[in-house]
Amino acid sequence: MIDTLPIKTSTGRPLRKEEMVINMGPQHPSTHGVLRLEVVLDGEIVVDVIPHMGYLHRCFEKHSEHMTNYQQVIPYADRMDYLASMNNDWGYALAVERLLKIEVPPRVEYIRVIMAELQRIASHLIAVGTYGIDMGAFTPFLWCFRDRERILDLFEMTCGARLLYNYIWVGGLSHDIPPGFVDKAKAFCKYFLPNIKELNDLLTYNTIFVKRTADIGVLPADVAINYACSGPMLRGSGVSFDLRRDDPYGVYDKFEWNVEVGKGEMGTLGDCWDRYIVRVREMEQSVKIIEQALAAIPEGDVQSALPKRIRPDAGEIYVRTETPRGELGFYVISDGSATPYRVKARAPAFVNLSVMSEISRGCMIADLVAIVGSVDIVLGEVDR
Amino acid sequence: MEDIIKNALEAIPVLGHSLANLLGTPPGVYVVMAALPLVFILLYALVTLYMEMKVSAHIQDRLAYMYTGWHGVLQPVADILKLIQKEDTIPAAADKPLFILAPYLVFIGTYAGFAAIPFSSMYVGSDLNIGVLYIIAVSSIVVVGILMSGWASNNKWSLFGAMRSAAQLVSYEIPSALAILVAVMITGSMNLQEINHFQDGGIQNWLAFGGPLPIAKKLLLMPFTLTTFFILFVASLAEVNRTPFDLPEAESELVQGFNTEYSGMKFAIFYMAEYANMFLVSGVAATLFLGGWGSPFGSFMSGPVWGVFWFVLKGMFFVFLQVWLRWTLPRLRVDQLMYVSWKVMMPFLFVCILAVGMILSF
Repeated sequence: MIDTLPIKTSTGRPLRKEEMVINMGPQHPSTHGVLRLEVVLDGEIVVDVIPHMGYLHRCFEKHSEHMTNYQQVIPYADRMDYLASMNNDWGYALAVERLLKIEVPPRVEYIRVIMAELQRIASHLIAVGTYGIDMGAFTPFLWCFRDRERILDLFEMTCGARLLYNYIWVGGLSHDIPPGFVDKAKAFCKYFLPNIKELNDLLTYNTIFVKRTADIGVLPADVAINYACSGPMLRGSGVSFDLRRDDPYGVYDKFEWNVEVGKGEMGTLGDCWDRYIVRVREMEQSVKIIEQALAAIPEGDVQSALPKRIRPDAGEIYVRTETPRGELGFYVISDGSATPYRVKARAPAFVNLSVMSEISRGCMIADLVAIVGSVDIVLGEVDR
Repeated sequence: MEDIIKNALEAIPVLGHSLANLLGTPPGVYVVMAALPLVFILLYALVTLYMEMKVSAHIQDRLAYMYTGWHGVLQPVADILKLIQKEDTIPAAADKPLFILAPYLVFIGTYAGFAAIPFSSMYVGSDLNIGVLYIIAVSSIVVVGILMSGWASNNKWSLFGAMRSAAQLVSYEIPSALAILVAVMITGSMNLQEINHFQDGGIQNWLAFGGPLPIAKKLLLMPFTLTTFFILFVASLAEVNRTPFDLPEAESELVQGFNTEYSGMKFAIFYMAEYANMFLVSGVAATLFLGGWGSPFGSFMSGPVWGVFWFVLKGMFFVFLQVWLRWTLPRLRVDQLMYVSWKVMMPFLFVCILAVGMILSF
C-alpha cells in the first residue's frame, strides 16, 4: 500500500507513505519466549504477521536417536514443553509402552492421571495469568502463580523437582506418591475452586478485558480444523474434540467430566475470549478429575512393570495425548536396537502457532498481543 | 584532599551569607517559593514509590520490600541511589540533544504546573488570576517532551509510544478542560485560591456537592457536579498515563513505550515526572471539587498549617485511587480509548455544562 502524496520533499522526490515493518521479539515482553514476529504495520493496523521461530531449537529429535536407551529420552521430553513436563513425559512413555506392548499397573495409571491433571492446571494458570499481563492487568498473574506454587509443592514432595520432573517412566513411575500426598492434593482442590471464581470476578468478566478479547482473532471452526489446531485453540472454536475422551488413554474413561467448548458468549464464536474461557473451565474439570482419581486410587507397586531393558521389536507407532496445549503426538520408529531409530514429536504449540498470521490480519497491534497470548505457545515446544 | 576540605569549610559561611542575602531580596523569595514544591515532589515521590509497591504487593498477595529498613521503608532511597549510579547510555543512533532534553522537558511541564497549586491559604507558588488556564496550558509541554523522547530514541517502539501518547493527551485534555470549565462557571473565577475560598466552610460547600449555594440550586447541581468530578478524575488518569489508559508505555505491546531506550537517571526523571503528574492532577481535582486545603469540618482543624495537611491528604487519596486502579484493571485499546474520550465523556460533559449554566442562570 505505498501511496504517493501530492507533496514533494526538498530534494524533489515525491513524499511517500508506506507500511512500517517492525520486529516483535525475540526480546519482546509479550511473545512468551523467543518468538520473533515480523509485523507489517499500517499505523496501528496489522497488515501481515510472519512468525519466525527456531531461536530455542535444541535438536530434541536428533538427541533422542543418540541416547544409550529409550528411558534417557524422557528428560529431553521434559524440556520440550517445560510448563507441562508431566504431560510430555506421559506422551513419550505411552508411545514406548505401546511399542513394547506392556501394560502398566492401575495405581500407576491413576497417579499419572492425577499428575497430568495437576500439571494441566498449573499450565493453564500460567496461560491465564500471562494473558492478564498481555492485557495490562498484573494482579491475576500473581494470583495464578500463588496457586501454581501449591501444585509445584505437590510435585516437589513427590519427585523432588519443581519444573522438570523425569517422573513418568516407561512402564511406571520414578517414585510412588509419598504419604500425605492424597490429603494435600484434596486440600488443594478444595482451596483452588473458590480461587477460580475470584479470578473470574477480577479478570474474566471485567468489561475492559471482555472488550479487549471478544470478537478479536476470530478462528472459525473450519479454519481451525484445516490448520490442524488442537487443544483449547480448537475447542475455543466450538469443536468438541478432546483426546482424553475421543481417543482415550490412561484411565480417563473411568471419570465423569465434560469437554469444555467455546460458545461465543461474549462475541463471535472462536474469539480470544472463548479460547481463554475454555482454559479457565478446563481447570475446573481437571479438579473434578483429580478429586475422583484421588478417591479411587488403588494400592500396588508403581515399579513392578518397569522393563529391565527396553528393546522393542522393529516397528513404528504414533501415539497422541492431550497436553494443556493440544494434541501432542510422538512418532517413534524402532529398529530393534536399544535406542530409538527416529523420534518425531508433533508439537501442538507449533501447529497452533501456524494459524496466527491467518487470524491476525487486519487487527490492531494491541490485538496482536491478545492473539499471541490466546494461542498459548511455549517456545520450548515450538522449537524443540 | 586537605585543601579541598579546607576550601569547603571556608566556603560554608560564605554560602550561608549569600543565602541570607538572597532571602532578603525579591529574587531570593522566588527561589525559595520555587524550591518548596520541588522538595515536596522529591519527598512525595519517595513516599508514593513505597506506597505503590506496598499497595500492589498486598493486592497481589505478597509482601514487597521487607529487608531494607523496617518493612523496607528505605528501599525507594536505595532504588534511587542505584539509578544514580547506573550507566546512562545514549543509543548510538539517537538524536543526542533531543534525547537528553526530553526527560527534563517532561518534568518541567509537570513541575511548572505546581506553581499555581494552592497548598494552603498562605502558600501558593504564584497566585495567578488565570491559574486553571495556566495549569492546562503548561502541562501540555509534557506531550512535547514525550514526543521528543520517542523521536530522538530512534526506536520504532518508542516512536509508537510517543505517537500514542500525543494522541491520548491531546484528546483527554479536552474533557478535563471542559470539566474544569464547570467548576469555573460555578465559582466565577479562574484563580485557584479564589475557587478554594469559595468552598470554605466544610464538606457541604464543596463543589462536588453543589457548592455553597441555596439548597434548591445545590440539589439540582449536585448530580451534574458529581458527574463532572468523576469524569475529571477518569480523564486525569489518561493524562498521567495510568492504567487503564497506560497505552504510551504499554509494556506488553510496546516494550516500554516512549522511555524504552532510557536508563539511569533520565529514566528516573521520567518516573518522577509521572509521579509528580499524578499528584498534580489529583491536586487540581481536589482544589476544584473537594475544597482543596479546606477542612471538611468547617472551622474545626482549619488554618494555614492544617490546610497543607488537608490538601496533601486529599491529593494522596486520589494518588492512592490511581494506584489501586492500576493494579486492578486491564488496559484499553487505542480506539477504545478514543471512543471513551470523544463519544462518552464529551457528550456527558456538554450536558453537564448546559445544565449547570441553566441552573445558575435562574
